[in-house]
Amino acid sequence: MTFFLQLVVTGFALGMVYALVAIGLVIILKCSNVFNIAQGHFVLIGGYLGYTFLVLFGLPIWATLVMAVVVAIIMGLLIERLTLRPLVGQPELAVIMMTIALATVLEGLATLIWGGEYKTYHGVLPTVTLKLGEISVPPESLIGLIVSIAAVTILMLLFRYTKIGLAMRATAEDLQVVQSVGIRATTVYAASWVIACVVGVIGGILLGGVSGVMIPLAEIGLKAFAVVLLGGVNSIGGAIVAGIILGMLENVAAGYLDPLLPRGGLAQVFPFIVMIIVLFFKPYGLFGLVRIERI
Amino acid sequence: MGLRCGTFRENYAQDMAIFRTRLHWGVLFAFLIFLFTCPLFFSDRILTVMTMIGIAIISVHGLNILTGYCGQISIGHVGFMAVGAYTSAILTAKLGWSFWPALPCAGLVAGIAGLIFGLPSLKIKGFYLIMATIAAHFIIIWLILQLYNVTGGPDGLAVLKPKIGSFALNSKASYFYLVMAIACLATSLAINIVRTRAGRAFVAIRDNDLAAEVMGINLWSYKLQAFFIGCVYAGVAGALLVHYYGFASVDQFPFMDSVWYLGMLIVGGMGSTAGAIFGAVSLKLLDELVTIVGPVLSKIVAAQAAASLALITRGLVIILFLIFEPRGLGHRWGMIKAYFRLWPFSHEE
Repeated sequence: MTFFLQLVVTGFALGMVYALVAIGLVIILKCSNVFNIAQGHFVLIGGYLGYTFLVLFGLPIWATLVMAVVVAIIMGLLIERLTLRPLVGQPELAVIMMTIALATVLEGLATLIWGGEYKTYHGVLPTVTLKLGEISVPPESLIGLIVSIAAVTILMLLFRYTKIGLAMRATAEDLQVVQSVGIRATTVYAASWVIACVVGVIGGILLGGVSGVMIPLAEIGLKAFAVVLLGGVNSIGGAIVAGIILGMLENVAAGYLDPLLPRGGLAQVFPFIVMIIVLFFKPYGLFGLVRIERI
Repeated sequence: MGLRCGTFRENYAQDMAIFRTRLHWGVLFAFLIFLFTCPLFFSDRILTVMTMIGIAIISVHGLNILTGYCGQISIGHVGFMAVGAYTSAILTAKLGWSFWPALPCAGLVAGIAGLIFGLPSLKIKGFYLIMATIAAHFIIIWLILQLYNVTGGPDGLAVLKPKIGSFALNSKASYFYLVMAIACLATSLAINIVRTRAGRAFVAIRDNDLAAEVMGINLWSYKLQAFFIGCVYAGVAGALLVHYYGFASVDQFPFMDSVWYLGMLIVGGMGSTAGAIFGAVSLKLLDELVTIVGPVLSKIVAAQAAASLALITRGLVIILFLIFEPRGLGHRWGMIKAYFRLWPFSHEE
């Protein structure tokens, strides 16, 4: 039983991390209907930025966060203006290929600037390890939980009560209508990319503080897609619930089934297996709007 | 689709012909003669590059039929290449088959794998299908690692070079002939597949699936056919790849290569057989350039420059083509031809 509970708790931690990445995906999706494959790479860049400011420049944590957010805003604006803006109105494949190409370039830049090596700044961030009886709660879960809840609250308020938030939701719904009532769609797109970049970079700093940064960290972006699909592509709350479900399922399945399999490694593919199953039976996810085009 | 002045189509056979004028046939034969005499005057290094280009062309033809013509985007193409590669490797190395029956079997098994993972395409499209194909790639690679009794898992599997009678295709030149012959065959097949009833149905599904269904095109059947054909090409290309190396390993099929194949399609131009060839040739040459420039750069600038150069150039090429030449080199080539057809009396359209 302890084994099972430990798996569940560790899975919960993993799930919060997935949720954090998935939120960035959902924001861009809600605003501009673009599936951003480079989201994992924003996390990667965030981790390396954290390393640069905290360790290389020796800044305190609050200054690091401010600096990283500034960099993220510039990055988001540049990415939207230079790569996504020229593709407005182009077919879906072009836009998705653009985000894939963007991911490749970001990975290349990370390799060029930071050498693609394993960097860690453990202990610089305040980490808490909780112990519940025999089960230890990993610090990722607490940090992930706090940041996710904060992000979700802010974003929900933003989408419900502010003008730009409403404009974002309207743009996702119908570009032509939005333009005819005088909302600048380009501003909305830029805002959505900036928010996604900021969320990704903050997530990266926190993750880097817990588990270190290296290039494979970006693969978390692909796994987060399974979370987004399970939760429903346009539901931020769904992303969190699905993140937790998937993280727990992955950990429990890997914990019990890996010894039975000759090579193990089930955790690596589990999100993808879930993805296929979700796509087969419930393509609009648990909390998504049922409006995916059925053919 | 312009033709030279004075070229008339007087009957159905002329209208359907791919090569219409004497010039077309002349250029074709000149090219084929050049291609098959290459080993006489090129070094082994260049032949290796050309062999790799040939394999890439076969694979991109499959992706072009699936993505370019039928509009079903797949980022799991390399996964299906791996299926073909391991099928052929297992059949030849473990069961002692000859290469020649193993090659079509590799295509067939990869095609069946494509059918299985193409099933979600009946329900979903666009981005959702992309995710399903990404999942397909990771699941296939994981399964190959799991079944290590048969596939050798992470250790890989040694395979023999193909043999004709007692003559093994060991040299670079002999393998070059094999790959080029299959690439030519694959190209002519690809040209003709898209001219059939099925090919026209693919284009209709890509352009507007609802309209296609209303016109009586069976979406389920034709989408699965597109998956099957595309993955057969991938399987054959994968089998040729491992027999070239004499070794099958999952490291030969990294996920990023799938992205790169889609990049070839974008650079060359989607939905055009010539575009697939243009894309495969130009991006493989770019790769070659990067491997030459990379070590030089890493000496001058920094050690990590070489590693990042490949990634950045790959990404930038795709970005620049998407923005400035979204219809690809194949389209540009057609425009250049159209310009010179009436040269010097050409007019702006």
